[in-house]
Amino acid sequence: MKQYVIIGNGVAAAGCIEGIRSVDKDSKITVISEENHPVYCRPLISYYLENKTDPERMNYRSADFYEKMGCDLFYGKKVIHIDADSQKVVLDDGTKLPYTEVCVATGSAPFVPPFEGLNTVEKKSNFMTLDDTFALEKAIDKDSNVLIVGAGLIGLKCAEGLHGRVAGITVCDLADRVLSSILDTDCAAIVQKHLEANGIQFMLGDTAVRFEKNSAQMKSGKTVEFDTLVLAVGVRPNTALVKDIGGEINRGIIVNEHMETSLENIYAAGDCTEGKDISLGQKRVLALLPNAYMQGHTAGVNMAGGEEVFDKAIPMNSIGFFGLHVMTAGTYEGELYEEKTDSSLKRLFTKDGLLKGFILIGKTERTGIYTSLIREKTPLDTIDFKTMKKVATSVAFSPENRRKKFGGVV
Amino acid sequence: MKRIYVNEEWCLGCHLCEYNCAFANSGMTDMATALKGKPIYPRIHIEGNDKVSYAVSCRHCTDPICVKSCIAGAISKTDGVVRVDKNKCVGCLTCVLVCPYGSLAPDESGIMQKCELCLQNTCGEPACVKGCPNRAIVYEERGEDE
Repeated sequence: MKQYVIIGNGVAAAGCIEGIRSVDKDSKITVISEENHPVYCRPLISYYLENKTDPERMNYRSADFYEKMGCDLFYGKKVIHIDADSQKVVLDDGTKLPYTEVCVATGSAPFVPPFEGLNTVEKKSNFMTLDDTFALEKAIDKDSNVLIVGAGLIGLKCAEGLHGRVAGITVCDLADRVLSSILDTDCAAIVQKHLEANGIQFMLGDTAVRFEKNSAQMKSGKTVEFDTLVLAVGVRPNTALVKDIGGEINRGIIVNEHMETSLENIYAAGDCTEGKDISLGQKRVLALLPNAYMQGHTAGVNMAGGEEVFDKAIPMNSIGFFGLHVMTAGTYEGELYEEKTDSSLKRLFTKDGLLKGFILIGKTERTGIYTSLIREKTPLDTIDFKTMKKVATSVAFSPENRRKKFGGVV
Repeated sequence: MKRIYVNEEWCLGCHLCEYNCAFANSGMTDMATALKGKPIYPRIHIEGNDKVSYAVSCRHCTDPICVKSCIAGAISKTDGVVRVDKNKCVGCLTCVLVCPYGSLAPDESGIMQKCELCLQNTCGEPACVKGCPNRAIVYEERGEDE
């Protein structure tokens, strides 16, 4: 019998549990959860603020998930050390848990720059966890002015979630555009305009340098008064457990396509890792929920002695703000194909006969066909790309390929 | 396991499957009341060009990437059927971003709906198959894994 330990209880952990159980129905699985919640859908915290979901519906799996999967849970506990020699993980209360295989699924933590005077701000919050969200909800009322530091995915979804529940929302970011990690300048301008039309105010290319209670001194010399501060500058992978015992890390814990770390019997999955982005051909942190699940599942299968590789990771995001949908994937390099209407923008990037990336705003039907071209590295000369670039459609595949897809003909 | 398959040589591109799908999932007993004069949001759609047409609906994949990618834990696969829990879905469209077949589209409110083989609606069997005038959509066993 094996003895699995999973450090972390997010979506990567859930994937790991399901991966293990697809191979091994019997061995014990122990899950260490820092948060006092069963696995929940972290990206839904902004939808919670919008009243589009609630904590019960935010549960990622059914109430009997851990029981059904035969998992022992340690809630509110933190792993402080992995003793690789004796194969034990050590908890903050001194408990030692033996393992045959361990999966590090520790996620990431908010990165908070050392702002001067931050300790004088009474109402401040990160926006990463359910508990952050409850705290933020408590801190605001309909008269609040909220300053959000960070115009990335987290900061902007927070702004959308707070919209209608507070008096004013200002978002600042040192970058000169919103969503700078996934949008180019033109695309960012469209999204920014849409957010502004919905009442969100921006201070871009500018950030807070000093706080004094309810006032932020900006880099530009301006002053912003606020009631509540949200810190959404960025996140950093939680790598310490692996780093401390000499495992290979860069920004994240380095994993191969089996989700093995450089250390024996120690696997890693999710936002704490750095795996290969096949659109870029390099390792990078891909802190995305689908990636976390697939990495977790792969780790679980391999921990249990099965064989699974995850070698199709790419950055990909589907994100909407006030009804405007944006989908992005891959890497924005190579030749640009563009289509623009009053309400939509499409940018496809091709290089070396492959689709490498895209940004779609407003019109997103059947985008998964584009995503699959990137993931599968489909040579564009094997499809009717002239048709495909105009509209994502399986008509652009060869008849044989289509018969295989829709006729079950192998 | 049994799946829906299309025969593009036989598809007339008549779009009847779209109407039968929308009706079967409307919960109503009269087709005219359910559909007349309203935009329809079927879970199957016709694609094609001037030479060929065929119906596209969920493949109920053996290894469904939509299930693995859903940020709301709203898509699951049970007894070979990929289902969406509309109560959990928040309409983020991540499933649309990842479905390699382009099978998925939201309902009129922006929440996801999908082909669930009509097993739980009033039709009880795939309405697109039942109503296809040229047997261009079939529901049968072709030896694919569940």
